[in-house]
Amino acid sequence: MTATAPHPRLTKTPEDGHPAHGPRRPLRILPLTPAVVLLLLFLAGPIAYCVYIAFTDLQLTGQAEESFVGLDNFTRAFGDEAFLNAVWLTLVFTVVSSLIGQNTLGLALAVLMRRASKPVRTLTGGIVVTAWVLPEVVAGFLLYAFFRREGTLNAILDWLHLPSQNWLFTLPILAVSFANVWRGTAFSMLVYSAALNEIPREITEAAEVDGAGGRRRMWHITLPMIRRSIGTNLMLNTLQTLSVFGLIWVMTRGGPGGRSQTLPLFMYEQAFQNSLIGYGTAVALLLLLVGSLFSLIYLRLLRTEV
Amino acid sequence: MRPTAALTPLVALALAATTLTACGGGSGSDPDTVKVSFKQSTDNSVKVMDTYLADIRKQFEKAHPGKKVELVPIKAPDSEYYTKLQQMLRSPKTAPDLVYEDTFLINSDITSGYLKPLDPYLAKWPDWNRFIDTAKAAAKGEDGKTYGVPDGTDTRGLWFNKDVFEKAGLPADWQPRTWNDVLTAARTIKKKVPDVIPLNAYTGKPVGEAAAMQTFEMLLYGTVDGGTDPLYDKNSKKWIAGGKAFEDALSFVETVYREKLGPDVSDALDPNVMTRVRGEWLPQGKLAIALDGSWLPQDWLPGSGHEWPEWSRTLGLAAMPTQHGQAPGKVSMSGGWTWSIPAKAGNPDLAFEFVKTMQTKANAQKWYVANSGIAVREDVAEDPAYVDAQPGIKFFTDLVSTTHYRPAYPAYPKVSTAIQEAMEGVTTGDTSVAEATSSYTDALKDATDNQVVER
Repeated sequence: MTATAPHPRLTKTPEDGHPAHGPRRPLRILPLTPAVVLLLLFLAGPIAYCVYIAFTDLQLTGQAEESFVGLDNFTRAFGDEAFLNAVWLTLVFTVVSSLIGQNTLGLALAVLMRRASKPVRTLTGGIVVTAWVLPEVVAGFLLYAFFRREGTLNAILDWLHLPSQNWLFTLPILAVSFANVWRGTAFSMLVYSAALNEIPREITEAAEVDGAGGRRRMWHITLPMIRRSIGTNLMLNTLQTLSVFGLIWVMTRGGPGGRSQTLPLFMYEQAFQNSLIGYGTAVALLLLLVGSLFSLIYLRLLRTEV
Repeated sequence: MRPTAALTPLVALALAATTLTACGGGSGSDPDTVKVSFKQSTDNSVKVMDTYLADIRKQFEKAHPGKKVELVPIKAPDSEYYTKLQQMLRSPKTAPDLVYEDTFLINSDITSGYLKPLDPYLAKWPDWNRFIDTAKAAAKGEDGKTYGVPDGTDTRGLWFNKDVFEKAGLPADWQPRTWNDVLTAARTIKKKVPDVIPLNAYTGKPVGEAAAMQTFEMLLYGTVDGGTDPLYDKNSKKWIAGGKAFEDALSFVETVYREKLGPDVSDALDPNVMTRVRGEWLPQGKLAIALDGSWLPQDWLPGSGHEWPEWSRTLGLAAMPTQHGQAPGKVSMSGGWTWSIPAKAGNPDLAFEFVKTMQTKANAQKWYVANSGIAVREDVAEDPAYVDAQPGIKFFTDLVSTTHYRPAYPAYPKVSTAIQEAMEGVTTGDTSVAEATSSYTDALKDATDNQVVER
């Protein structure tokens, strides 16, 4: 959001470029050069190399020389059942854990916490944020311990005399989705808390005086006013969720039988376990495409709001 | 907003890309220092390799004044170790002088041009004649040159708990003659000692190569007589499509899990099952029969963290039988590791000197005993000090005569994954044996550029 602020000024600069300022312009760019060089070297360079190897049959081992294979890796992906399975699971994982889970739960927590007493707010906030700051791998192990057959969840179910089962085996994609919700909700909560604080008190009060109930105020005042934050939050959540690897790797390794193998795990398996670097990189580019599709949808969502 | 949105996937991609290109620091090599890379156990309490190499380093530095050894441990599970190593081998900046290579992948790395042929060194090294022929072949490339010095091998068989067997009314000197004998014993245990897992056979992708080699190939190579290879046809240089033998081996796996003779499927497909078998199920008497490798006692030795010196009184050993008891009656698979010199190593000569120090008869023997390895030097195999060093050594060394090495050609890792997938399908019950076999054949064609033959 902060990035949008400088735009008007940037567009103005060429217009008010008085002749007197002209010779100083190259000098002004000078301080930026190191950053630009670093970006080119460490960001653009590897990406360009990455795009290149996606069109080759480069392997980690087992091959003397790689060769250019054109679109082979991409056509291969779309004919590969395991790839299509991974695309489907990635969509399920993203929709369930990011769009529905993190986003709604984060909003709900933010709304509820505004009304809660200070101790409750601090405690809830503390717990949720702890889950967020834990390293992905640690969070993965915690949730593995929670869901496994001798784990906490089943102990609770046993105690309630409900049937227990091995969640990581029977419902792996939902178990890892839940784990992602658990871990990532704090971010949405923080974004929405900030957004809700921005809503002017008078508007809410005016609506209240006019007799609008809680649900109507939420639907007609709060949601439209924080729409921009919703878009931002959805986009960041989605992109983060699309690249989740460690959490799933620790909990299920994509199994059993590929039933929780999302695109990042599929990519890892192809590139590093089957040593097909070229193919794995092509899959990475396709993942990038999925990410940009989501981004485009959210950007549209933002644009309709003037 | 917009710049951030574009950035996040780009950053993700950039991260992937930097990993892929293996950007790594590291200076050129110092002519007086040998850099030795090895696989460090992920279990902090297991220090067998570290201790052994520290000892060799001391000997080496004493015998070669002015020279230094730098040990570069890579702490990772098997599959990640290979990846890390292959990335290091790609560049002269990161390539060490000596690496520890699994025979599983050595041919693949040879084809990539990562390793240096050792023939000129071996020709001038009299001890090389002491190595048994099958072991020498394990590190030979398709070009006939040798790329590694094996530091031992391993064999596989059936470990069984004599206490559980007694409760089930089975003999303490159990020696199954056919696959059916194994299944019958497991069924008896299931009925008579219901709280014990009758038989563990690794399966599916979570355990990787252990499933393919330790379970599946132990079965597959038992469907034929000792001489033929049921996986790869050496004459036509083609891989063999899934047929009757493949289906039979897969049916065995299916039977184990369908009849609940193995661990609960969710435990069997847990990536940590290997640690549980060795650290928990066997020592605590929760498992009756384990189809597993010769190296198991390594985990139970004093100082290993899970000491269990009584294992030799509790556990019995039996060779894995062939399918119908046909000749030679028993079957084993062998692998093992070799010391190799990277093609891009800075100090290959000094590295080979280090190998020679490791492979003096005394040092080799020390190593086999320390890591529960099986000798590949005949002078050690005959030495009573080695044979009596640990219970079980004689049993597993005798299996060397009927053992098989995998066709470890470059496509093998992918073939192995295809096998694991077929196993996982029948283990979970998602696919039938016939379906899994035909998917295997498809995957095999894909992995080997259609170099497949029906038999």
